[in-house]
Formats: sequence, C-alpha cells, structure tokens
Amino acid sequence: CVSDLDPESLGPNSVTSADAYKTPADYKMGLAKLYSSYVVAGQVGPGEASDISNLDVGFGVYLRAYWNLQELPTDEAVYTWAEDGGIRPLHWQTWTATNSFISAMYTRMMLTISYCNEFIRASQGSTDADVKKFHAEARFLRALSYYHALDLFGYPPFVTETDIPGAFSPKQTNPEELFAYIDSELTAIENELGEPRFEYGRADKGALWMLQAKLYLNAETYIKSPRYTECITALNKVFTSGKYALAANYLLNFRADNNTSPEIIFPINHDAKNTQTYGGMSFIVHGQIGGSMVPADFGVNGGWAQNRVTPEFVAKFADPSGATDVRAQFYTSGQQLEINDVGTFTDGYAVTKFKNKTLAGGPAPSGGNPDFVDIDFPMFRLADAYLMYAEAVLRGGTGGTATQALDFVNALRTRAYGNASGNITSGQLNTAFVLDERARELLWECHRRTDLIRYGLLTGGTYLWNWKGNTKAGTATEAFRNLFPIPASDLAANTNLRQVVIGY
Amino acid sequence: QNQIIRGKILSGDDNTPLPGVNVLEKGTLNGTVTNGEGFYTITVGTNATLVFSFVGYASQEVAAAGQTTLDVVLSPDVQALNEIVVVGYGQQEKKDVTGSLASVTPRDLNKGIMSSPQDMLIGKIAGVQVSTNDGAPGGASTIRIRGNGSIQASQDPLIVIDGFPVDNTAIGGLSNSLAAINPNDIESYTVLKDASATAIYGLRASNGVIIITTKKGKNGKPQITYNGSVSVANAMKYIDVLSGDEIRAKASELLSEGKLSGFTADAAKRQGTANTDWQKEIYQTAVSHDHNIGVSGTYKVLPYRVSYGYTDQEGILKTTDFKRSSLNVNLTPSFLDGDLDVSVSFKGSYTQQNFGNTGAVGAAVAYDPTQPVYNGSTRWGGYFAWVGPASATTLDPNGDPITLATSNPVALLMQTDNRSNVYRGLGNVKVDYRLPFLPAVKLTVNAGMDYTTSKGHNNATNDAAFTFANGGGQRIDYTGINKSRLLDLYANYAKEIDNHKFDVTLGYSYQRFDRDGSNFGRNGNESVYTDYQTNAEGKAVPRQFVSNPNVLLSFFGRVNYAFNEKYLVTLSFRDDASSRFAKQNRWVVFPAAGVAWRISKESFMTGSKVFSDLKLRASYGVTGQQDVSGNNPYPYLSTYQLSSSTSQYQFGNSFTNTYRPQPYDANLKWETTGQADIGLDFGLLEDKLTGTIDVYQRNTSNLINSIPVAAGSNFSNYLITNVGNLVNKGIEVTLNAKVVQTKNLEWNVGVNYTHNDNEVTKLLKTDDPTYAGIATGSLGLQKNIQNIQVGYPINTFLVYQQVYNAEGKPVEGLYVDRSGQGGDVTASENNKYRYHKPQPDHLFGVNTRVNYKKFDFYMSGRLSLGNYVYNNVFTGANYSNFYYSTGYFNNLPASVNDTQFYSLQTFSDYYVYNASFFKMDNISMGYSVDKLFTQKLKARISFTVQNAFFITKYKGLDPEVNNGIDNNLYPRSRVFMLGVNLTY
Repeated sequence: CVSDLDPESLGPNSVTSADAYKTPADYKMGLAKLYSSYVVAGQVGPGEASDISNLDVGFGVYLRAYWNLQELPTDEAVYTWAEDGGIRPLHWQTWTATNSFISAMYTRMMLTISYCNEFIRASQGSTDADVKKFHAEARFLRALSYYHALDLFGYPPFVTETDIPGAFSPKQTNPEELFAYIDSELTAIENELGEPRFEYGRADKGALWMLQAKLYLNAETYIKSPRYTECITALNKVFTSGKYALAANYLLNFRADNNTSPEIIFPINHDAKNTQTYGGMSFIVHGQIGGSMVPADFGVNGGWAQNRVTPEFVAKFADPSGATDVRAQFYTSGQQLEINDVGTFTDGYAVTKFKNKTLAGGPAPSGGNPDFVDIDFPMFRLADAYLMYAEAVLRGGTGGTATQALDFVNALRTRAYGNASGNITSGQLNTAFVLDERARELLWECHRRTDLIRYGLLTGGTYLWNWKGNTKAGTATEAFRNLFPIPASDLAANTNLRQVVIGY
Repeated sequence: QNQIIRGKILSGDDNTPLPGVNVLEKGTLNGTVTNGEGFYTITVGTNATLVFSFVGYASQEVAAAGQTTLDVVLSPDVQALNEIVVVGYGQQEKKDVTGSLASVTPRDLNKGIMSSPQDMLIGKIAGVQVSTNDGAPGGASTIRIRGNGSIQASQDPLIVIDGFPVDNTAIGGLSNSLAAINPNDIESYTVLKDASATAIYGLRASNGVIIITTKKGKNGKPQITYNGSVSVANAMKYIDVLSGDEIRAKASELLSEGKLSGFTADAAKRQGTANTDWQKEIYQTAVSHDHNIGVSGTYKVLPYRVSYGYTDQEGILKTTDFKRSSLNVNLTPSFLDGDLDVSVSFKGSYTQQNFGNTGAVGAAVAYDPTQPVYNGSTRWGGYFAWVGPASATTLDPNGDPITLATSNPVALLMQTDNRSNVYRGLGNVKVDYRLPFLPAVKLTVNAGMDYTTSKGHNNATNDAAFTFANGGGQRIDYTGINKSRLLDLYANYAKEIDNHKFDVTLGYSYQRFDRDGSNFGRNGNESVYTDYQTNAEGKAVPRQFVSNPNVLLSFFGRVNYAFNEKYLVTLSFRDDASSRFAKQNRWVVFPAAGVAWRISKESFMTGSKVFSDLKLRASYGVTGQQDVSGNNPYPYLSTYQLSSSTSQYQFGNSFTNTYRPQPYDANLKWETTGQADIGLDFGLLEDKLTGTIDVYQRNTSNLINSIPVAAGSNFSNYLITNVGNLVNKGIEVTLNAKVVQTKNLEWNVGVNYTHNDNEVTKLLKTDDPTYAGIATGSLGLQKNIQNIQVGYPINTFLVYQQVYNAEGKPVEGLYVDRSGQGGDVTASENNKYRYHKPQPDHLFGVNTRVNYKKFDFYMSGRLSLGNYVYNNVFTGANYSNFYYSTGYFNNLPASVNDTQFYSLQTFSDYYVYNASFFKMDNISMGYSVDKLFTQKLKARISFTVQNAFFITKYKGLDPEVNNGIDNNLYPRSRVFMLGVNLTY
C-alpha cells in the first residue's frame, strides 16, 4: 500500500518531464508552447489554466503587455480606461516600479525564457533532424525574449538551460553582456534554423536575420557602439533570399488572411477557434473600436473603446483621410483630434488599421468565436526591413547604397499612394524622414518606443505630444525612463537584483 | 461469586426499548450492549454496580447486589447528552476527556430551512465560526475553527461522517459538498478543537475536525416519524438605488455641468421613460417544502433505521431552486453475544439544482431604471438590451448588443438554463470484534466508499443578447466524479486495574481520492469554443480533465490513562504520509499530549455546595495540513500540462497542442501547526450552570503558500512552497444555564463567546522590511484590495486614507500623503496603509429555550463585533459609471448622494465599513400533543422565523460577508416556516 503514494501507481494522468518527450511529435508540442506563450494566457484558452497568477488573463498576455509598453508611452497610443493597475502612467511616463503592466511584461518575458530553457535542456543532444531544428528555434525564441529584455529593461535577470528550476535567485545581467549573448546565440544557430518560409509560423533564418538587424540597428542605444554595417549585412540576407515581397495591398498585412501576405517574415499566429486569447490581436482589434464605430465592420462582436492616437501622430500625414496615403487608417466621425480628456474615447482619432475580415471583405476563415480573431501579428515584415536598411545606410553603415535605400522607401510610398505621387527624392531622404515613415508604415506594430529612443525623442522635451508628462500639451520627461524599472516584486523575490537605473 | 443479571432498558422519552445501550460493570471492562429489543444479559461480581450509558441519555449507576432483573429507564437530558462523546476512532466519557471539544445535538441547534449540515451550527459553538456564503438555495457555508490557519492551503476543517472522513473538494454542479447529507438524519455533532483531540487525524487536522454521527436504529417495534415543513421566504432588503425619475433628474444636472466624459445632449435622449425597479423584477416570494419519513426499529436481531427525505427549496432569485431526495440507512446488528458488532451505514442522495444566473443580482443593482424589461425586440427575445445606437439619439431594439454593457437582469435569468443533477453515495461498514479470550481487546475494521457523480449544463438561448460576444447562444455541458475509498483497521485495549484506567488504541488508515470531470462549452451554433478535444472522426467531444488523485496513508495511536478518576492523561500520535509530497518529505509524525485534573473529585472539594464539577485541562500537540489547493496532484514533481484545443498553436496549416512545464517545488511539504490549550470545565449548583473556558495559541509554520518567485527561476511567477508563519490566539467561553426547572416550566439559556487574534509573523525566507506582502482580495483587472503582511491579520485591507472636508464629506481623489513623498498620492503604493480586516474581534452566540407545559419556544442569535467589509457595490456609485461612451447607461446606488464622486475611487478607505452586527437567526415556537387521534400518535407543530432581523450600521445589503468584500451576493432571505412532527 505504501507504493500507492508514488505517482506511478496513481495513474498516467499527468505527464512527468521524464516521460514527456519520446517522439518528435512530443517535442513539437513542447515547441508549440514556446510560440503560444507569446499569445495565449495559458493551457485552456482563452482564460483558464493561466501560465501566470495574479495577472488578468487579458492584460497578462505577452503580446498585449509588449504592445502596452511599446505603444502607450509614445505618440501612437492613448488608453481610455482609468485602470487602477497603472495603465495611464504608461502614457504619462510617470510609471513606478510597482506598475502592474510593467510587471506583466517582465513576468511574461522571463517566463517564456524559462520555458525555452526547459525545452532546450530536454531537446539537447537529439540527433533527430526535426528535433535539432526545434532546438534551434527554442534558442531563437529565447534570444527574441532576451532582446525584449534588453530593449525594455536593460538589466534583467539572466538564466540559461544550465540553471535548474527551483527557488533560486538568478543573477542580474547588463546591456553589454546581454547584447553579446544574444549576438552570439543568433550567430550560433543561424545554420540550424530552417530556410526562409519553410513552414508558416516557424522561426526561420529570415526571422533570425530580422532580429539581428534590430539588435544592430539599436546597438548605439544598447551598448553605445554603432553596428549599422552588421545591420545591413543581416538585412541583405533577407533581401537576397528571394522569399519575400511586398504585399500588393498594404492592408493585407492586417487582415484575417494575412497569412497569405508574402511580406510577413515572422508572425505570431492567432486563430479564433484554436488559439483564443484576450491579449494579442484580439485586444488590438477590440481596443481600436469605440465611439460610433460598428464592431461588425471589423469582424468582431464588440468594441472595447481603448486606444486612440495623439494629434501629433495624425500630423505625420498631410492628409489624414486615407484618400492620399492608405496608411492613414483613421476613424474621425464623432472623434475629435485633440485629446482633452484621456478617459473619453472620442477624444483623439480612432484607428481602423486592423480588421478581422479577409482583404476581400469576407468573414474570418476559421469561423471561430467572434470574440477572438484570425489576424496574425506581424512581428517582423519586409516593409520594416526596407526602412531599417534605409536608416542604417543613412547612419553610415556600409554594404548598402543610398539608391537602394531610396528605392525601398519609395516602394513603400508607391504602394501606400497607389502611384508615384508620394515618392520622394534623395534630397528628402534623411533619418528624420525615416522615423516619420516608420510611424506611418508601422503604426501599432510594437516598434514606436524603440524607434523614438533611437532618435532621442521618447523622453526629454524635444518632441512633445498630448499628455506626455501628464499635461495636455505635453511636458518634458526624465531620460532614465528610456528603460523600464525592474518590478519591485522581483527585487523582493530575487536577492541578486538591484534597481540599476538611477531615478526609480 | 458471579451473578447473572438480565434486564430491559427503556427510553424515558417515550418508554420505548433502547438498543445499543452500554452496560458496564463499574470499575471493570466487563460489559455488553442491549439488543434490538433493549434487553441485556451480563454476568457480574457479587457486589457489582452496573453503569448504563447511551449517547443522548444520562448515565445511570445501579447497585446490582442481590438482583437478577434490572430494568432501567434512561432519561434524556440536555447535559447528559454530552456524557459520552465521539472522538477520533472511538468514543470517550466526557469526564475522561483531556482535550477541548464541543458536542451538540440537533435538539439544541438552529431551526428553519436547513439544507445542509453546516447551517445548524451557526452561532452555536465557541471558537467555531460558521456562516452561509450567501442566500442561494443549497448554497455553501464557510466554517472556520479558531481563526484562519492557512493562506493557500485549505482552511476548512476535516469533516468525518459516521467514521468516514469526507472529501470536501467542490464538484461542479453542487455548490455545497455537504448538501448531499440530510440534516434531519444527524444525531450529533462533535467539534474537536485542540490538538489533544485532533492530532489523531494528523495531516488533515490543523483546522479542526467535525465529527457527524447519524441516527441509528432504536427500539423493538417500528417507530415511524414524519417531519414536514412548508415555508415562504422573501428578500430582507434591497440595495437603495436611484429610481428612473431620480436618475433622469440627475442626468440633466450632469449634462448641464458637462463634467461627464462623452455625455452629450444626444446621448441623454437615449435614456428611457420607464421607472423599472430591477431588483423587484428579479426576486420572488420563494415557497419551499421539506418532508422526512423515518422508520426505526429492530427486525429480529437487526436494529435498523431507514429514512427518506425530500426537500424542495425555491430561491428568492427567480429560476433558482434546490431539490434533494435522500435515503439514509443504518443497520447495527450485533452477534456472538455482543462480541461482534456490525454497523452498516449508507447515505444516498440525489440533488437537482437550478443555479439560474446569479449575475442578475449585480446587474439589477446596476441596470438603467429608465429602460423597460421588454421592448418587443424581435432579435433578443423581446427583452430590452443595450445595443449600438441607431442614431445619435435613438436605439434600434434589434441592433448588435454592446458586449461590454450591463445585461438585462430579467433576460439573464429567463434566457439561462443552468441546472445540475448530482448523485452521491456514502457507504461504510464497520465491524467491531471483541476477542473472546481477551475481552479487553476490540478489533475494528471500517471500510467505505464515497462516490459523487454530477452532470449539468449551463445554457443560454441563441437570442440571448448577453451571449452575443461569443457568437450567440451558449451550451456548456459538464460532468464531475469525486471518489474516495477508505480502509481503517484499529485495535482498542481498555482495562481498569485498581485505580488505574487504561484505554489504548492503535490503528492504520488508508484513503484514496480521485477527482475527474469535463467542461465542454460551445456557442449556440455549435462552433466549439472551450475544453474540447477532437476525436478520431474529427468531431469535437468533451475534454476530460487531468484527474487529481491523492492517497493518504497513516498509522496512529492513542493512550488514555486515568488515575483515581482524578488525574487524566492522553497521549496520541499519527504517522502520516501524503502522495502530494516527495519521498523524503512524505512521512511525518504528529504527537500530542493532554492532561486534566478533575478538581471536583478531590477530597477538599467533597461537599462543596457550589461546584458540582470542576476540571482543569492542558494540552499541546502538533497537527498538519497537506491540502494544497490547485489542480496539480504532484506539486513536488516536474510535470507537463497538455493544452486544450483552444490553446493550440498554428504551424503551417495545422494546429498543435502544447505541453507546458508546470511550476514545482521539489521540497514541498505539509504545513505544521503547534497548538497549546488550557481549559476549565465547570458545573455549578448541581450543574444548573455549566461552562467551559479555553485559551489557546495556534502557531502555524511552513505555511503552504503561493509566493512570487524570482523571475526566471521556475515555470510561473508564483510558486506553491513552504514559507511563512502565522499565529492565532484566542479565548472561548461557553455557558449553559438551567434558569428554571420545574414540572411545568423549563428555561435554558446558552451563551458562547469567541475571541480570536490572527497575525502573520513571517512571509519570506529572508526578512525584507520593504516587502509589500501578498496581494489578495482580487477585484479583477489587476486590482487587489486586501493584503497579507507580517504583523497584520490575514487579508487586511490595503487602502488610501480618504480626506474629508469640513462637512465630513469625502473629497474626491484626495488622500493623505502618508509617505510624505509629495506628488500624486495615488501614484505610489507607499501611500496605502493597512486598515482593518474582515474577521470579527468578538463573536457572541446566544440561545434560549423555554418549555412550558406543551409549549416550547426557542431563540438563537449572534453578535459579531469588529468585522469590516469593503463595499464593492458602493464603489460603483460614481457619476462616470452612469454613462459609457460605448453607448449605455447604468443606474447608481443612492449612496452616490453621500459621496458625489465623479470617478471610481477603488482604493479609498471610505469603502471599508464597520460591519459589526447582531443577527437574530432563529425564533421558533412549538406546541406538542401527546395523543393525536390515537394513543400512539404524538405530534408537535411549530412555527419558525429564520433570519428574523438584524441590526447593523453597515449600509450595504448584508454585513455578513465571508471574505470581507461585498460584491452583490445572492441575498439571504427571511423565512417563515410552519412545521409538523409526527411520531407513531
């Protein structure tokens, strides 16, 4: 009877780590968790068996938390509801180390790294060709999350597959070490990953080159050392692979059938039937709908009336109607441009960029629950690569040409305008133009905060927008806010951590 | 010289024979029990004295010298009911007990609608706080014995029914796991409080133990009893909200002020013209009835009791009800001249519950009173629903609903079909065998099984506007199976040598629990959405939960020793193992010791006119808690959880289920409670006044706690591990007085008092003074109103300190800058402070019973002092909650007139109210008739008011809120009940 106390005799109901991985199909389920940790709350979508405790199943989803931190502190987004968890201070740039939206991102990011470490341990030394590829993908995803850690927090804790899970205190890293680590990891797995677009949704060499390019483009921010040439080298691999092309219609990238877009290099996949979440694209689509907007026009059953853009962002478009530049996807009926009251959805133009319908206007293909969406989040796409190339060339990187840079920018503008009328000349192309072009092209795609920091415009008083610094016209903010604080909760839980950034 | 004595034992109650009465030769272990006809035969020494004892009756001692026949009439007596008490794995004479325990029978308990056994204990026992969670029919109750002893692990006491420790894990479809037991079948409750009494239950005992014994077969001839009642119930109170006219007036005021975001003249035109009282629309007068028939007697050698009960309880919230059929069978045959006793016990029940949609309770408070219940919508079943505006000033009744809007409360009820069917069978067989060659030794085998299976659905019609978000309609089917199997083997040795009395028990116990189920949800057009898996044919079928089995295995023992009936010692131990822990942490020994001194037996007390009984007790012992909540059966082991179909990930064109590593702590173990208790039992003036005083301290260490772990170190942000200590200290006083005892008039008064102090003394492995504590009391959306912190009681409110103006009105958004950091006070958590807690400081229970000739009268009430409640209904009383720019209106509680707040002030201490209360739980009157129609038929008719009234300063609906957060609970109702008892 004493043996009844052992799990073996209690039945095969739970899978222990010792017997989880037997076949490549088992490993694929382990790998799928690493990807899904960017988009779902837990093991029973949309809201049950959550991966994390004490965080809302919507707010606590990786992609939603990442979106909040990359967009709300900028001119691209203002959030309506006065959630007491501290979402307004994100836009005001008055957040503190106890902000639960910051800790949501931090928690998610580190959790994904832990999941990756576990899978890397489990798949280590496998000789199966598929499993070896899975192993490399896990290392890529870990590098991606560490890249987020570098970009958002700078001094996160650092754990790898050699740290066995328990209740220990991981040591703290710094931007220099972390940059070098991500760089070396990406170099190490470049040949292990699949060829570009070998399977939709999988991290392949194209995704790796894009992540390298991002790391190098922002190297001056991270390690105060320019790496624009390396950035161009990585981007050239994307272009010469020949696997990517701009979608003929800009909007295809933001529709329920965007998996058919030739432009997407690395998506985070969503499905209203099989990948249900209140975070990610479900949040972005519901969140953009409010005022007199009709949810059904966006292929969903309701609006959450959350996010609008500032007038300073709208001003990036000479004609905000969308008639000239299709990227001006604004809803203005009943909306006023100026934001007098952050809590009023109709203050500020609303956005219509994302729709849970096919480009042709048909219903979302999965036929799933209309509270969720089929739109995949375009984490990396070719247009971003074009603009990074242009910027790296303008910032003095070698291996690229100014002519090519101009061609890339004009390719995007031609698509946006439907003709060459919006094209610019080489004299008009400078880094400031690229920043504005990135805003027009990549609205709400989680690039804005990083871009503004690279240009020195996120904090300080050089560039102001509505409610920056918690005044309507905007006021200057402190430079230390270019990095988010390590959450107070983790400072308490991890004795090896300290708040390196002075000011928090 | 030996003599044989025969006799018959009758009940003083009704002169019927009493089977199962203990007959003992005084000062020896020579004894027997009466058979089914109440007869006994015993061979005793020449000068023997016989002691007759039976649960619920006063023991009697009769000198046997020179007698051959001794017929005895045992009289039931309130005090005598306690003479023999049930303890873990046996029974003991009350006078020999060294521990703190309380024993009560239904005669002393609450009357009224008692759908579950817990309800009867409300306010009855010092140190035992029982309260119903809400007023839902068949709803659950919360029991806390001597305070909150755990944080993450279960705080519920262990409940043992007829020797079977039951699993009180919730099962889908039954809101109260004990509702399957019919309270009418209960003979007695014994509550074990201190470690001397509980330690024999080891790993499961640290929150106390309640032992429930059901009625057994009684007398020779079949006795038939019928208890029936009819009752009506009504809501006691509604939340005071604005009327349609008031809110329209307020709206025009707000409009002219222009301070409300997005509230325009056009929007105001979308207000309706009705004056709907939504709370009146959703409640009803509930009519309930209850019938119990019991047959008790002895067939040949087989004493039996069979009872059938039927309860049909309507809820005051429309569409809710609770129906239960129960069957209770107890067979207690005795063989081999009483050396072999068999007890077969079966409790079966079939419960049907209609849960309705309790979301209507909150919706009725919040719903716009200017709108009608019905507006003739063709798309939404005729009900008014908040839809997207047809134009700036009008609504299209058939438009797309606003998914964030409040739902029509009446539609919520009428368009929901939320029912369950639950079968439960709890059966056990207990065999006691006294060794013929060594009569001091009795061997016991107790084997049983508890099986619950539930099946239910929660559906909504396709035209229910509130299901629009998920594609219209709702179909949820769920099932659940809870299984528990028990085997106890133990031996008892009882011997008296001169002045030394020994009673030794040694045993082994095995119990296994299995829990399983499914929860399959779809929308109305069956486009599947939760908890499904795809079968071989590609069809969606319910996904079975990962089952959560566990096994408990134990060896236990106890020694009771008494010297001269004056000095008593109890030593007990339990060596326990739980499958929830790793091998190296699996086994643990829980010891306990108790001593008692019966001062009243000392020579210097003989002849005392004042003290009829005086006993001083002291005990210390260690108990444990292994009940880790959560679904992981092996929290110490690295395991993987497979995702459901709705959490898959897409690779290429196919979807893959995912494997998640689960957080685990390889060193997880039980939590430990060391408890010291000093008590005094006394009887004064020939037991006219009896009482008990206990002081205790419970130190719980290695709390099973879910704490934030360093990011990156494990597979979640929280980990269940052992960290933290807490202390409960308290005083309990029980007094029972026989104020008047004459032939025609009997008046008893009982008072009990409980004081408990709860304090968390450690929370982290390292002492970090900056640690913010554990956030609890979730209000949703990452907002927590309560906190667990060292130096404070569990779940203390953590709030900003409201600033008031000269008129004493709270100033909106203005809080005291307690940290002195300046700036925006609400931007810093450091400005919050810890302010009161939900647990009461003082609890008084008062009850009285008067019998005058054929009349009887009973009253019972409770006074709770120092309990605080956060009123999360009143937080909604702010003007910005009145209009949402997505296009819908809400009503506001009238308390908005007190604050006149414009925006939500979640963390203001203004909303933390003193919720001290006095509740008159029961008033009952009865009249008995000895001979109704025939000689043999006796009857009692009674009239009872349950929840008669309460007195409180709390402004919400009901001050009794278990977790301290008032979130629109299903209101408790006032019940008027007419009852009849017949005995034939």
